[in-house]
Amino acid sequence: MISAENLVKRYGGFAAVDGISFEVAAGESFGLLGPNGAGKSTTMRMIGGVTQRTSGRLTIMGLDPERQGPEVRAHLGVVPQQDNLDEELRVRDNLIVYGRYFGLPLAYLRQRADELLAFAQLEEKAAAKVDSLSGGMKRRLTIARSLVNEPRILLLDEPTTGLDPQARHILWDRLFRLKEQGVTLVVTTHYMDEAEQLCDRIIVVDKGRIMAEGSPAALIREHSSREVLEVRFGAERNAAVVRRLEDVGERIEALPDRLLVYTDDGERSLERIRASGLHPLTSLVRRASLEDVFLRLTGRSLVD
Amino acid sequence: MSAPPDDAGILAADTRPFSAVYARNARAVIWRGFRVIRSQNWIVLVSGFFEPVFYLLSMGVGLGSLVGEVEGPGGTPISYAAYIAPALLAVSAMNGAIYDSTWNVYFKMHFGKLYQGMLYTSLGPLDIAMGEIFMALFRGLLYAVGFTGVMGIMGLITTPWALLLVPASVMVAFGFASFGMAVTSYMKTFQQMDLITFVMLPIFLFSATFYPLSVYPEPIQWVVQAFPLWHGVELMRQISIGAFTPATWIHVGYYAAMILVGVAFTTRRLRSLFLR
Repeated sequence: MISAENLVKRYGGFAAVDGISFEVAAGESFGLLGPNGAGKSTTMRMIGGVTQRTSGRLTIMGLDPERQGPEVRAHLGVVPQQDNLDEELRVRDNLIVYGRYFGLPLAYLRQRADELLAFAQLEEKAAAKVDSLSGGMKRRLTIARSLVNEPRILLLDEPTTGLDPQARHILWDRLFRLKEQGVTLVVTTHYMDEAEQLCDRIIVVDKGRIMAEGSPAALIREHSSREVLEVRFGAERNAAVVRRLEDVGERIEALPDRLLVYTDDGERSLERIRASGLHPLTSLVRRASLEDVFLRLTGRSLVD
Repeated sequence: MSAPPDDAGILAADTRPFSAVYARNARAVIWRGFRVIRSQNWIVLVSGFFEPVFYLLSMGVGLGSLVGEVEGPGGTPISYAAYIAPALLAVSAMNGAIYDSTWNVYFKMHFGKLYQGMLYTSLGPLDIAMGEIFMALFRGLLYAVGFTGVMGIMGLITTPWALLLVPASVMVAFGFASFGMAVTSYMKTFQQMDLITFVMLPIFLFSATFYPLSVYPEPIQWVVQAFPLWHGVELMRQISIGAFTPATWIHVGYYAAMILVGVAFTTRRLRSLFLR
């Protein structure tokens, strides 16, 4: 469905996207994971054909979005990072007017708008003003709006950033249903749990380049141990203790507020730390996540 | 809507001209415009109508009581209010068109994010530009009808030719609007946008709006005659009393050329304006 080869986007001397290549198959759920400023949104905008690339080859369903923008976007649904609902129109009109932009007939849109309001659980808000909606509702409306043309490909740029946990889970549930219906999803996120929940395959992006590619599970297997033991000794002591823990796990990552011990058995590692006479203030054993993969690959955290 | 993809999800390329920027669907943008007007407060819409009316009352009636009668086109003596009324209509057409095609576009682009949403649909930049210019002209049409009505009520209209003030006003608006968007495509900051106001103000004041061109020394007259607003003012003034000369065609031709060049210029700048 999507084929990108050596995509580059420069703003002046700064390369926001610096040679990214990937393929997305029909029905696949594909993620771009990386910190803010990694070039994820720019890549999305190039796929939508609303930012002109500096160089590289890009085809969406066989067409270049820069040369056939309107035609490509007829089959695309886009959820941008910031909601850009039409504040001058009411909730239901937002869906209908957006559908008109695709040249869809009004009779179809009236029915489609009601379906989408139900999908987004916004039926009671149909006649409300957009700015009276909560953040979660606006997000759901933006997603509903992106589906008005029954897209083959749905681009979601940071779909749940800024939402509370409950709203996120409602959203993920809705996206999961779309995936079941065979819609190809392209998601950017800096939340590892989101990438793990939604994506079959991800690329880890940093500073405009691809650092790694694979399924979430494979990436974790490849770049991290099975479990992670997090221990805190207090801000001053963390760094001093690192050397004494060297043989406890496969690898240790010292963050300003805590130490991460990569190990296949967190509980055993913790026992060994205690046996050596060290007593962490707090400790936590968890499964390794994409956050650890990112830390391993870049030496930095995803969320600053 | 375009043709569906084949089984492998491959689309056949649309090879019609402008297919990268134009989807032949400007009417959807216009439809939105009317939808917004319908749900809007009417006060917002009529506010633009009052600007020239207030000028007419203060300058035409107020200042006019000091000035008395002046020499209109073709040498006919007319009241000062009747002298400046058509000029004020031309100014209002210019200001409305410039506002809609510069500040309004800039704001919807960078803050309202309206175009960002539109551009992610199968609309192209040219659809949006055409739709927005149409809406600007539609507002201009309403104001022109309103103002011409006010002129009638105030007894400033003496000939049926004056009805042509309405289409002429739309033509003047089109001339300015067609350039405005292209100019906005170069603007990155508020400070740069302020330049537009800085340029428009002298054009408004010095285009023989409030007094005849003959007060200027000849070299300045040539400069003023190059301004688009001067042609608008002269044309409207001639129409208002039905006194046409061969120069009438020059004024109309000036706007025809301005619209053609402006539309071509804006079309060229669309990618810079919308697809950064």
